[in-house]
Amino acid sequence: MDSILFLIPVSIIFLTIAVITLVWNIKSGQFDDMETPAHKILFDDDEDLLPDDAKPQKKTEQPSDK
Amino acid sequence: MSNTACYHCGEIVPDNTNIQAVIDHEDREFCCIGCQAVAITISGAGLENYYQFRTKNAVQATDNRELQEKYALYDDESVQQKFCSYQDNVASATLLVKGITCAACVWLIEKHLEKLQGLVDVRVNLTTHRVTVSWDTTQLKLSEIFFAIDAIGYNAEPWKANRVAQEQQKESHTALVRLGIAGIGMMQVMMMANALYFGYYTGIDESYEAFIRWASLFLSTPVVLYSAFPFFNAAFRDLKTKHLTMDVPVSIAIALAYSASIWATFQGGGEVYFDSVCMFTFFLLLGRYFEMKVRHQNSQATNDLIGLMPNSTLVYTDGEYLITPTEQIKVGDQILVKSGHTIPSDGRVIEGSADIDESALTGEYLPVNKKEGDSVMGGTVCLDHPIVIEITTVGHQNTLNLVVELINQAESSKPRIARIADTIASRFVAAVLITAVSVWSAWMFIDPDKAFWIALSVLVVTCPCALSLATPTAITAATSSLKRSGLIITSTHVLETLPTTTDVLFDKTGTLTKGKLSIAETKLTSQLSEQEALNLAAQLEGSSEHPIARAFPKTQQLAQDVEITAGGGLSGTVNGEQYHIGHSQFIGNKTGLGDITLPDHNHWVVLSNSSKVLAFFKVEDTKRSDAEHAISSLKAQNLGVHMLTGDRSHSAQLMAKELGIENVHSGLTPEGKLEQLAHLHKNGHKTLMIGDGINDIPVLASAGVSIAMNEATDLAKTKSDMILMNGQLGAINKAFEIARQCRRVIKQNLGWSLLYNLIALPLAATGFIPPWAAAIGMSASSLVVVINALRLKKI
Repeated sequence: MDSILFLIPVSIIFLTIAVITLVWNIKSGQFDDMETPAHKILFDDDEDLLPDDAKPQKKTEQPSDK
Repeated sequence: MSNTACYHCGEIVPDNTNIQAVIDHEDREFCCIGCQAVAITISGAGLENYYQFRTKNAVQATDNRELQEKYALYDDESVQQKFCSYQDNVASATLLVKGITCAACVWLIEKHLEKLQGLVDVRVNLTTHRVTVSWDTTQLKLSEIFFAIDAIGYNAEPWKANRVAQEQQKESHTALVRLGIAGIGMMQVMMMANALYFGYYTGIDESYEAFIRWASLFLSTPVVLYSAFPFFNAAFRDLKTKHLTMDVPVSIAIALAYSASIWATFQGGGEVYFDSVCMFTFFLLLGRYFEMKVRHQNSQATNDLIGLMPNSTLVYTDGEYLITPTEQIKVGDQILVKSGHTIPSDGRVIEGSADIDESALTGEYLPVNKKEGDSVMGGTVCLDHPIVIEITTVGHQNTLNLVVELINQAESSKPRIARIADTIASRFVAAVLITAVSVWSAWMFIDPDKAFWIALSVLVVTCPCALSLATPTAITAATSSLKRSGLIITSTHVLETLPTTTDVLFDKTGTLTKGKLSIAETKLTSQLSEQEALNLAAQLEGSSEHPIARAFPKTQQLAQDVEITAGGGLSGTVNGEQYHIGHSQFIGNKTGLGDITLPDHNHWVVLSNSSKVLAFFKVEDTKRSDAEHAISSLKAQNLGVHMLTGDRSHSAQLMAKELGIENVHSGLTPEGKLEQLAHLHKNGHKTLMIGDGINDIPVLASAGVSIAMNEATDLAKTKSDMILMNGQLGAINKAFEIARQCRRVIKQNLGWSLLYNLIALPLAATGFIPPWAAAIGMSASSLVVVINALRLKKI
């Protein structure tokens, strides 16, 4: 039971770190735009990053069409 | 071929339009050259995925090459300094981009700008429509960024954080920090409270109990002193002005529970309420935070400053026209206003002649022709020909500023709003304080040792957590539900006052109508078919930017040798034959026919060849498609419907008749509109005003509730309580329904929390409620209130 005398102060230290991080997050504007990042992740615009043989069929056809 | 939607903007492609392009392997139809150009640019940049990603159609592109000159202005260093910041070679600026409709726009703008050589960083904010760019000044010019945004169909303007916006951001940051600290503190203190609650039953060593109490005290101190500070501050302010609001009982409850718990911690007896204090603060801050978010939407929706007035003007100095900041113009300056530009200040035309769009100030939908010697108003738009103006007044004497001054006067006459929650609060505070004191006195006789603790538990149990959450939660839920139907709320009183409205007042131009001209009727006076006549007219009008010209369908084929006569019309050759189109007088002069009799008193545009009249086109401001339905359902709710318009013409009466509006006041000045409103207020009517122009602003500011259209000027939007984003008047009926439901939920919530207090009070007064029960009761009643409010989201 004595461990609680040690654990509670430790948790308070962690808590202080959490609060400092939160304040830094807020001040640096990370909470200013709550909408855009949620949408951004859904766009399939990473075709350039795929290896050539894994690219979807459609993309390879396109240049000949133009 | 009709009813094809434009591939880019989704507008119906007008008949006889044949504008196509191959996008994503298929032939696509477009409504205008502007949209086509934008789609080709997007596809050319390999960004056609935009059309798959998007969830909403784009805004119709404008084909306005005039912008190029304006954009070049932004390369000027003195202009840039106003909104850019520099670090070595990298400059950064925030731009406000109009036309962002969905997340795909964000993707499109970011991808497109990233391709520019020398662009360092670009970030688009979907909510505020602000784009932050930074670029290498040695490789890229700012005007090129503007061009790039323009090329994909958006419209950018420099944005500079004004004081209000900066304060709001600071306020929002501080509120989040307070909320975060309260949340973290609450969770920790609650865990420790659990240990104490268990100890209450199973027994706990006194030294551990004391230690946990000390830890709780340590953790809840920042919550009370920092997070709950706004409540104390507001309560103090309210007490000074002798005006009881919800902040007063809230502060008393927090302060008393906290200080009593400290006392108990030092003394080692009694009860501690640290968990209740923290939870209470957190819940209340959460409610306030949501309320604040709603308030802040205001400035985001109104797109802040940079509205009507152009930033720079061409002033005649030493033999040439120089770009000069608008603030520096003086009386007597001669300035050049090009077509499509806004006139910066009141003045007199000294050279040239042009059609001026005064609709924003007067509500008249047809442009007015101004010749040498005529006076023009600042804030109106020069449409077709460049004119030179001598400035006659600047600053406060401007017509525009006089309207602005009317607003201050109007705002003071706005009916006072009694908020339900505040009315209850003042009675509630008195009742609770009296009860607590009498309970304490009673226990002094029964058992003086327990008196203090029981009186305190009365205060904590009855602490108005649910009561003060009742309104903000309902309003937040109703706001998000209104947002879905296209209405953004900018002041929260709306939902409480809207259900009491008795009269709805509409402006005409731009509100009941689209503010865009279209052809209502064609009368033929020759062998030409309607199709052929329209075709001829379209080819002639194709070279004009005049609002009347835009009423005709767009074609890619244009007439040759087109000559524009300001205030008259256009002449040009099609297939070797000369044609004229325009005012009856203009045609009379051109054809030598003299006076031409028009079919009736409406506005008719005449088409002729060199000797005779071929056709008449009736040009009208089109009604919004759902105006009739919206008005009939407002009338079905027993609301009085009025129309207040600055338009003097006969068409105002006609339109009112078509829409079924009996109370029509036309030809009103802004003062006149205000008088009509004051008259209604005097007779005890509660008003809702819907408008868009500058001439509507005083009325918007003075009406009980006001709604501005999305196309409205920025000032009109800031003075309104709501903004109708999608232009669908049916949303107003929806607003009434939601507001009524919201009022009902607020009343239910208040009723419930009062009932809870009534049940808990006798139990606490008799000493039956331990701290844990008080905490559970409090959170349960808050939860009921929140869940009840969430029902509003489903409407």
